[in-house]
Amino acid sequence: MYWGHMVLDIIISGLISGSVYALLAIGFSLIFGVARIVNIAHTAFYMVAGYCIYYTTHEMGFHPVWGMFAAVIVVTGLGMICYRFLINPIREHEGAVLIATIALAMALQEIMTIMFTGTYLSVPSLVKGYLVILGVKVFYQQLLTFIAALVALGVLWALLMKTRLGLAIRSTAQDKEVANLMGINEARVAMITMGISVGLASFTGAIVVPLTILDPLMWMHPLIMMMAVVVLGGLGSLKGSFIGAYILGFAEAIVVFAIPAGAFLKGSAALSIMILVLIIRPEGLFGVTFEEER
Amino acid sequence: MELIVFYLRKLVTIIMNEVIVLPSRVVVVVFFLFLLFLPVFTSNQYTLRIFTLTCIFAILAASWDLLSGFTGQMNFGHALFFGVGAYSAAMINLHAHIPPWGSIPLGALVAVLAGLIIGIPCLRLRGTYLALTTLAFPIILMGLVFAFPDLTGGELGISGIERITNSRVANYYIAAGLMFGLCTIMWKITDSNTGIIFHAIREDELAVRASGINTTRYKLMAFCLSGFFAGIAGGLYAHFMRIAGPSTLEVSMSFLVVIWAVFGGVATIYGPVGAVFILFPLLEFLRFWQEYRTLMFACVLIVILLYMPDGLFPWLRDKIETECPRCKIRNISSRTTCRVCTARLD
Repeated sequence: MYWGHMVLDIIISGLISGSVYALLAIGFSLIFGVARIVNIAHTAFYMVAGYCIYYTTHEMGFHPVWGMFAAVIVVTGLGMICYRFLINPIREHEGAVLIATIALAMALQEIMTIMFTGTYLSVPSLVKGYLVILGVKVFYQQLLTFIAALVALGVLWALLMKTRLGLAIRSTAQDKEVANLMGINEARVAMITMGISVGLASFTGAIVVPLTILDPLMWMHPLIMMMAVVVLGGLGSLKGSFIGAYILGFAEAIVVFAIPAGAFLKGSAALSIMILVLIIRPEGLFGVTFEEER
Repeated sequence: MELIVFYLRKLVTIIMNEVIVLPSRVVVVVFFLFLLFLPVFTSNQYTLRIFTLTCIFAILAASWDLLSGFTGQMNFGHALFFGVGAYSAAMINLHAHIPPWGSIPLGALVAVLAGLIIGIPCLRLRGTYLALTTLAFPIILMGLVFAFPDLTGGELGISGIERITNSRVANYYIAAGLMFGLCTIMWKITDSNTGIIFHAIREDELAVRASGINTTRYKLMAFCLSGFFAGIAGGLYAHFMRIAGPSTLEVSMSFLVVIWAVFGGVATIYGPVGAVFILFPLLEFLRFWQEYRTLMFACVLIVILLYMPDGLFPWLRDKIETECPRCKIRNISSRTTCRVCTARLD
């Protein structure tokens, strides 16, 4: 009985954190592929979305659904403004962009601390209640989060593969100069991709925040896991990010539930898996080896 | 007597002809004198403590520059070297009772070992892959620190370490002296043939390999050298703060090092050192605004980067000095002709 509980716990927790990492990692690798920006502030936007929901539900008293809509719209706008005024002017300088995004993440963290204090906050779940499978409580909110993540991934896949915008994004990621020659406005594609990427981050924040606790430092752990997922799956490979996210999500869940004192080791274990894979396959699971950029 | 006069005259000649002519050299001399006479002008314990820490972090930032600025191996996990240096110096001091002058170099050697261990898997990676992979190492180590609290002290860290000396002023002079010494060594390394190879690896690794140079060996060497200097900084920090805690391994520590180095200008050594001397006291100076301190720090960073994306110090240096187009010697920008070959400057 005990083992059954544990396995089910591992499956639920692994599926949810895997989906969250997949959404975050795909957004992160989209903007990296198109504009070569390593956006450290990506998960900071995820955190801001969580606080947006807290504000609309607790301070203004709206239903959580409106909070989710508000969060996605506000944070996407914020992300595009930040891109336009902070990152775009220095895009040619890789190091400077890196520092600018780190500074942006720090600034967002501090603004949230000043506005909402550093205490732990929580957000009401969208649907109440739970169902019992083999004696384990599965909250409807957990199911909802998982399904919403899958739907978002599906919509994103359709957007990238079936529309003209998706074609433009993919071709810009493949070769910026040639895409420009074919009449694609590279600057506008980068701007739109930034919007999609931050929108995904805020959506992730919006669906996962009822399951976790809000605090201004909550962006650190997902940031590291997201980067590990991206590297593990291969930069610029959506399939790789998807599979890598579930591998690391399940690795974390197994370590947490199966090993005593595992909560401390969950990051270490997942990252060790990433490093082992990289030693065997330096370009990640599904990465393609590019000609050396010179 | 005559000998003394001879050397004095030689010194004056050097100062007149080599130092006064270039504003950047004057700045270095003024900076040196400032550090030398700081304890004379202020006996404030707090100020001395800030500047001791600043010197320690300056070593750390310069060591990041040696690895990542020069060879282009973006290291996002520099806190690993710092933390390994701090923890091993603390453990050696506490368990083997070796005094600080022995435990700090030994800790640095352990950090070199860490450099080798992470350098070998990282040799096959490049660019963003490398940056994101190196980020993982300090976090793995931090997980281990928390998982074995008996050995490492867990969240509280290892405390009760010996002081370097008992007086604040002596501690300050040790840190400042080491900072000057080690940064000079690093600058000399980057100025030597090895440094030229490091530069070349960043610009075009394939071409370096084609010239018959074993780039693997040089990249590993960069990892080890950088690990050594960062390990010394870590050991100094542990002995100065008398605690080696998990904060030395945090992600924010790794990020802070990158912020300092890029803010000051990479591949210069003097850039990161100068940046630490501006940013670290700035953060302390803003403490009367406790709540808004980190926010102000981030805003200052963003604003300065928007105007000087190549870093603060290369930008300043280009403003006050120009390079002679014929003999490549630097001149103060107010001159119209080169001070050596009298070619026209434009």
